[in-house]
Amino acid sequence: MLNYAWLVLIFPLVGVIINAFFGRYLGKRGAGILASAMVGLSFIGAVWMFAELLGLEDRVVTRPLFDWISVGDFNVQVKLLIDPLSSVMAVVVSGVSFLIHIYSIGYMAHDERFVRFFAYLNLFVFAMLTLVLAENLLVTYVGWEGVGLCSYLLIGFWFERKAAADAGKKAFLVNRVGDVGFALGLMLMFVTFGSLSMSQVLEQAMVVRLMPGVATAIALLLFVGAVGKSAQIPLYVWLPDAMEGPTPVSALIHAATMVTAGVYMVARTHTLFALSPTALTWVAAIGGITAFFAATIALTQHDLKRVLAYSTISQLGYMFLGVGVGAYAAGIFHLTTHAFFKALLFLGAGSVMHALAGELDIRKMGGLRNKIPVTFWTFLIAALAIAGFPGLAGFFSKDEILWQTFANGKTLLWALALLTAGLTAFYIFRLVFTVFYGESRVDKKVAAHVHESPKVMTVPMAFLALFSVIAGYIGVPKILGGGNWIEHYLDGSLGWHTPEAAIAETAHASAGTEWALLILSVIVALAGIGLAYVVYVRRTDLPTRVAKSLGGLYTFVYNKYKVDEFYMAVIVKPLRAVGKFFAESVDGPVVDGIAEGIAALVALIGRGLQVLQTGLARNYALGILVGAVLLLAYALVR
Amino acid sequence: MNQMGFPLLTLVVWLPLLGAILVYAFRREQVKAVKVVALGFTALTFVGTLLLWAFFRSGEAGYQFVDRAAWIPQFGVEYALGVDGISLFLVILAALLFVVAVLTSWRLLRSEGMRGYFALLLFMETGVLGVFTALDLVLFYVFWEVMLVPAFFLIGRWGGAKRVRAATKFFIYTMAGSALMLVAILALGYVVYSATGAWTFNVADLAGLRIPWYTQLALFGAFALAFAVKAPVVPFHTWLPDAYVEAPTPVTILLAGILGKMGVYGFIRFAIPLFRDAAVYFGPTIQILAVIGVLYGSLIALVQTDLKRLVAYSSLAHVSLIVLGLFAVNAQSMSGAVFQSVSHGIYIAALFALLGALETRKGTRDIAAFGGVWKAAPVMGFFLLIAVLASVGLPGLNAFAGEFVLLLGVFKAQKALAVLGALGMIFGAWYMLTLFQRVMQGAAKPEALADLTGLEKVTVAPLLLLALVFGVQPNLLYSIIVPAVEAVVKAVAAR
Repeated sequence: MLNYAWLVLIFPLVGVIINAFFGRYLGKRGAGILASAMVGLSFIGAVWMFAELLGLEDRVVTRPLFDWISVGDFNVQVKLLIDPLSSVMAVVVSGVSFLIHIYSIGYMAHDERFVRFFAYLNLFVFAMLTLVLAENLLVTYVGWEGVGLCSYLLIGFWFERKAAADAGKKAFLVNRVGDVGFALGLMLMFVTFGSLSMSQVLEQAMVVRLMPGVATAIALLLFVGAVGKSAQIPLYVWLPDAMEGPTPVSALIHAATMVTAGVYMVARTHTLFALSPTALTWVAAIGGITAFFAATIALTQHDLKRVLAYSTISQLGYMFLGVGVGAYAAGIFHLTTHAFFKALLFLGAGSVMHALAGELDIRKMGGLRNKIPVTFWTFLIAALAIAGFPGLAGFFSKDEILWQTFANGKTLLWALALLTAGLTAFYIFRLVFTVFYGESRVDKKVAAHVHESPKVMTVPMAFLALFSVIAGYIGVPKILGGGNWIEHYLDGSLGWHTPEAAIAETAHASAGTEWALLILSVIVALAGIGLAYVVYVRRTDLPTRVAKSLGGLYTFVYNKYKVDEFYMAVIVKPLRAVGKFFAESVDGPVVDGIAEGIAALVALIGRGLQVLQTGLARNYALGILVGAVLLLAYALVR
Repeated sequence: MNQMGFPLLTLVVWLPLLGAILVYAFRREQVKAVKVVALGFTALTFVGTLLLWAFFRSGEAGYQFVDRAAWIPQFGVEYALGVDGISLFLVILAALLFVVAVLTSWRLLRSEGMRGYFALLLFMETGVLGVFTALDLVLFYVFWEVMLVPAFFLIGRWGGAKRVRAATKFFIYTMAGSALMLVAILALGYVVYSATGAWTFNVADLAGLRIPWYTQLALFGAFALAFAVKAPVVPFHTWLPDAYVEAPTPVTILLAGILGKMGVYGFIRFAIPLFRDAAVYFGPTIQILAVIGVLYGSLIALVQTDLKRLVAYSSLAHVSLIVLGLFAVNAQSMSGAVFQSVSHGIYIAALFALLGALETRKGTRDIAAFGGVWKAAPVMGFFLLIAVLASVGLPGLNAFAGEFVLLLGVFKAQKALAVLGALGMIFGAWYMLTLFQRVMQGAAKPEALADLTGLEKVTVAPLLLLALVFGVQPNLLYSIIVPAVEAVVKAVAAR
């Protein structure tokens, strides 16, 4: 299969082409099944590659496809890189994509642009797998912008709604800001190392003596791209709005796969980051602060999907914290488990919306536990997983990041992350309790029609629930008797390139400390869940009272710290004002005015000289005489 | 060198003029026949340019398909045509866009004046092809000026409400720009004559000469002014919005797609290689003007309310980026600039063709009048989407393969300029997606617009397909462009 790795990419592309040109002849079901089957084939291929890779000694395999750009010393080859890191990503991406494709057949059944939806989804999978499997970073960039395009198209899928079209455009533009950073990073990388090929860059990075600051500059420029795509401070603002898209899109693109691309990219180029402790500190700090910041907003929102969106931003922050302290494998581990439970949370939200005729306001839900039991149980499992309940997927991966942060001596960030873990457990169970427990606050009309989603939706949810339980066991730490398989496996990509400088940073703390921290995070998680139970089940009057007593602070957080308004006032509006000023007061009056002025001046001179052209011979004779006299005088005087 | 043993290039250049004459063999009422002749001749010319590509020896830097004959022997003026890696794709692009222009004219015009219109169009094609292939400076100048005349009449007679003013401005601006170039060409000839005792205007002979510093400065200035007006470079651009907006759609396609490229071509073919020291001396100044053009054009595009005006200013920004690349003078920046000249011609033609389709349907260019068009006209929506994405430099489409390489080259030479130029990527996405949103997305207006007709699809689809093909396989172009560009770069480096 490794020799046919390109097939993994091609299947979804074939799906796009067939659905784009012949989709309308396939019928709704046909188009959906075709698209799902194509991604299913990709998944099989990815698993196959993964299995083959396991059997190899040297687990870094490259497969060249074709030359893309050759200009002078700048050569870019389209080449696939299959190694432990990309193989794990490919399996996760295609697997989750496959389940969400199936789910979408049910969820989108009544949409008039059903075929188009699946064509977009397939295109997304193609672009995402390109991003993951590319050996050359410029090809990664192709996938990177490609997934951005699909994100744009799918957020604005219901483009008749202004909010959806706006959100799509915002996502594209905010990502563009990050992408320009990424692109400049690539340019600096090329100027520094003479190549954008991953293997050559990393090789060069080990030997080339860099000017101080160059490694930091490259790493930080790449990180600007990651901050955009993975929705971190200050470029996270597009992700909450992205919830305007259909819910399967939120699950697939804006939770499980695309938004994790930034984490993947940092891990992929970790050698460069490892060269610059400054850059790594930035990554860890941005990640840790974003995790906390987004979690506080998640506490206050009433829109089911927006809470999950802020939760995603927060969890991505954890992943950056992980890679930022040099625990690349831990970051990827959390990326993997998060893909399962966060996709499941979104699919659960979609199922709730399905039951409640599109309702998203959790104040109009409640008591749904018995009415949509499958949705409830799967949602509960995902909630436990993200809250860090012992034994579930999120517990292992999040704890690994916390532990590595602590062991790295970043105590402040560790404390912040621990606090965030408590907030996470609290806000996610706030959802569980307000949506599924208590009295029903559903509109009477809607309540009559509440129904569980069809099998085509619930079965994928059940699978994701299964993975949300078991996925953590690929990374059980030593103190719990595990072997942390994933870390060792990823060593093939992330281990042996790491310069000694970065390894030396890892302090060796004792197993006792590790146990203590583990227990502490379990306590925090349980406390969060317990508090949510008290507040949202027992003392339901509390939330309003707390909100009231906090007054302005609560409103400020509820209004998302007014960051959107800030950007609008400080960036968007001034730029438009400058544009308007140039258009109205400079381009016409000044620039064109000068040109027209010169033209008018020429015309004026022409008209002035015209006076001389009297057509009278004696005038001309006079002129000749005067001229002759002057010339003569000049000659004599000289 | 002529690998054909047959004057293919001469045939390609003069074929449209033959068509222009043949148009008059028909009576005024025979509209269909006139159109078919115009289409036939532009198509045939296009096929001819494709033959040039087919027989081109790639990997070689010099001129190919050269046709030479004495013209004014006492002054060494020759009839000399030829193409190299720099001009080949501009020639092909020109021929392609004239076919597109004829197709977009198909339903645009009433029958009156049909013959005149197509005759002028074909006449202009000979002028444009001559500009890109002339190897003698005097011949070049003749083509350069000659094509102005049909352009003037096409805008002034068949344009929009303010067409006469726009046409006059365009004409005078360009004339003023190029008047000095004529003086400079003659002066250059004289300088060479006084130094060597022989007259020549052949660009290949001139390119190797060392010209005194102050002479270079003056001559470069004169050439650069002419090309800066044509491209255009800020602040010589104010003819552009009026001309692009007022011209009929087919002529706008030609103005934006290929006529502006004559300025770019002039820089890389004449101004830079002939006056190497002056080019290096003035380079940074022109680059700063170019960067201003990128940002200034983008910001103005951001607030436009007229479809064509918005894209006109976007074109200013994009062409400015090309000029930025030219004057960084290295393999990547210049090859990227040539590539991007071709790719810009492709997507800007598609954009203007689609805007023309929108304007015909709605009877206005006011963006606010549109909205939700995608729902009723899905094909038009997708076509515009692809054109917009090409324009914003989405990887996989042609502009990215040009712009990234170009900016990489600039980055090598001057990091700060590259960073400023890259900001254009953000603004470009901003104004183009805003355009797309306000036209195609949002709630549909009560009266639904008809989707593209078969003819419109056939006109635009090949352009979009090319955008994709050149985006995925840019080496189709680069393999031919790069050797020619590297020769220029080497000459400048060895000055």
